[in-house]
Amino acid sequence: MKPASFSYHKPGSVSAALALLAQFGEEGKIIAGGQSLVPSMNFRLARPETLIDINHIAEIQGVSDQGDHLEIGAVTRHATFHHPVSPCPLGRMLTKVVANIAHYPIRQRGTFGGSLSHADPASEWCLVAVTMGAEMEIHGPAGARRVPAAQFFRGTFTTAVGRDELLARIRLPKLPEGWGTGFYEFSRRKGDFALAMALAALKVEGGTIRAARLGLGAVGAHPQRLEALEAELTGQPATPQTFAAIGARAQTMVTPSGDIHGSAEYRRELAATVIARALTRAAEDAA
Amino acid sequence: MNEKLDITLTVNGRSHALGVEPRRNLADALRDDLGLTGTHVGCEHGVCGACTVLMDGRPVRSCLTFACQAEGAAIETVEGLADGDRLHPLQQKFWELHGLQCGFCTPGMLMLAAGALRENPDMDDEEIREVMSSNLCRCTGYQNILRAVRAAADVMRAEGAQG
Ligand SMILES: Cc1cc2nc3c(=O)[nH]c(=O)nc-3n(C[C@H](O)[C@H](O)[C@H](O)COP(=O)(O)OP(=O)(O)OC[C@H]3O[C@@H](n4cnc5c(N)ncnc54)[C@H](O)[C@@H]3O)c2cc1C
Ligand code: FES
Ligand code: FES
Repeated sequence: MKPASFSYHKPGSVSAALALLAQFGEEGKIIAGGQSLVPSMNFRLARPETLIDINHIAEIQGVSDQGDHLEIGAVTRHATFHHPVSPCPLGRMLTKVVANIAHYPIRQRGTFGGSLSHADPASEWCLVAVTMGAEMEIHGPAGARRVPAAQFFRGTFTTAVGRDELLARIRLPKLPEGWGTGFYEFSRRKGDFALAMALAALKVEGGTIRAARLGLGAVGAHPQRLEALEAELTGQPATPQTFAAIGARAQTMVTPSGDIHGSAEYRRELAATVIARALTRAAEDAA
Repeated sequence: MNEKLDITLTVNGRSHALGVEPRRNLADALRDDLGLTGTHVGCEHGVCGACTVLMDGRPVRSCLTFACQAEGAAIETVEGLADGDRLHPLQQKFWELHGLQCGFCTPGMLMLAAGALRENPDMDDEEIREVMSSNLCRCTGYQNILRAVRAAADVMRAEGAQG
C-alpha cells in the first residue's frame, strides 16, 4: 500500500530537529533509515502527519574511538559495521553481530540509533546495548541527558526517549584485549527476525573463566543481561558442560510467550541452545 | 497536505526535475514520473527486493525511500546497466545461464549484485549466496541466479584486469 500524506522537513542540526519536534508535537515523527518506519507507514499502521528527516545531521553520524569506549552517532548505518570500526574485541564483535541484521540492502539505510529507538525485542543492536552496558545520549527541550541501557528499554517498542526528544549518540564501553566474544541467533530464514539470540563475552585464563558478559534477546519484551549467570560462569572451566548447564539455568529464568512462530516451551529451549552456542563461540574466540 | 515538492533526481547520470508529494516513494517516482518501469514493485515493505536500485553506489529498497529523500544522490536503475547494445556482464550471464524465468525479480537481483560487486569484486561463493539471499525469486530456485552472478563476477574481474 501507499502511505498517507505527510509534510516533510530536513533539519541540518540537532537543535533544528528539536525545534521541529517542539513545533509539531504529537504530529511530528523522526525518520532515520526508514527501514522500520516506512513499512509501517506503507501498511498505514503509522500515519505521521509530519516527517522530520535526520539523515542530513552531520553531528550524529559515524563512529569515533574515545579510548575506553566507542561513540556511535545515532544516524550511523548498520553497514558501517561490516568491517571492524576499531581493532579491539568490541569492534570485531560488532562485525559478527551486524551480519545477522536484516539483509545487505536494508543495512545500507537502517541506522544504529533507529534500531535502539524502535526497540524491537528481536533487535540485535538492542541486545548489544544491554549486554555491553551502553549509555544513550538523549537530547530534548531541557538539554541533553544520559540514560544507561538498563533504564533505556521500557518494553516492546518502548524506550526512555520522549516524543519531543531525539537519541543523538550511543556510548559502548570497550572490552579489554584478551576477551573473546560470541554471538548466536536462530531464525527460520536468513535475514528474518530472530526467534532467540544470545551474546557472550568471556575472559578465559588457563581454561578457567575469569569474567563474563551474557545477554539474551528476542525471548521477552526487550533483551536482558543475565548478570546472575555471569557470576555463575566466573571461576568455572570453559567447557561444553559448563555452557550447557548455564543454558539450562537460563531456561528457568525466562518467561517467553508463545506465538505463531513458536510455543513458549519451544522458545525456552531455544534460549538454552543459543546461550550455550554463543558461550562456545566466545570461548573459541578467546582461545 | 498534498502540496508537491520540486525536486531534482539524478538517475543513470541524467538529472530530472519533477514535482512529487513527500509520500511518493522512489520506486513510484522512477516508474510513474520518469517512465523507468524496469524497477519493479512487489511487497512494498522491504521484504522481496524487486525494487532494489543503487543510491550512491549502494543497493537500497526504493519502496522504503521517499523520492524527496533521494535528492542529491546518484540513482542507478536497471535501465542504466547496459552499455548501448552491449549487455552488462551480469545481464549477459543471467541470460546465458537461465538466471530468470518470469523476470519479475530480475531487475532487483541485477542491481543487488551490481552494487555488492562494486563494494567487493572478489566475493567468494558463500558471500554471493549471503548477499543474494536478500531478494526473493518465486521461479528459478536461486541456483542459476547464483551461477550467473559468479560467472559475471569472473568476467568483470577479467575485464577489470585488462582495462
Ligand atoms: C525485511 C526487513 C528485515 C529486517 N530484519 C531486521 C532484523 O533481523 N533485526 C533488526 O534489528 N532489524 C531488522 N529490520 C529493521 C531495521 O534494522 C531497521 O533499520 C531498524 O529497526 C530501524 O532503524 P531505522 O534507522 O531504519 O529507523 P526508522 O525506520 O527511520 O525509525 C524507526 C523508529 O525509530 C524512531 N527513530 C529513529 N531514529 C531516531 C532517533 N535518533 N531518535 C529518536 N527516535 C528515532 C522513528 O521515529 C521510528 O519510530 C528489518 C527491516 C526489514 C524491512
Ligand atoms: S517492493 Fe520493495 S522490497 Fe518488495
Ligand atoms: S524469475 Fe520469476 S520471480 Fe524470479
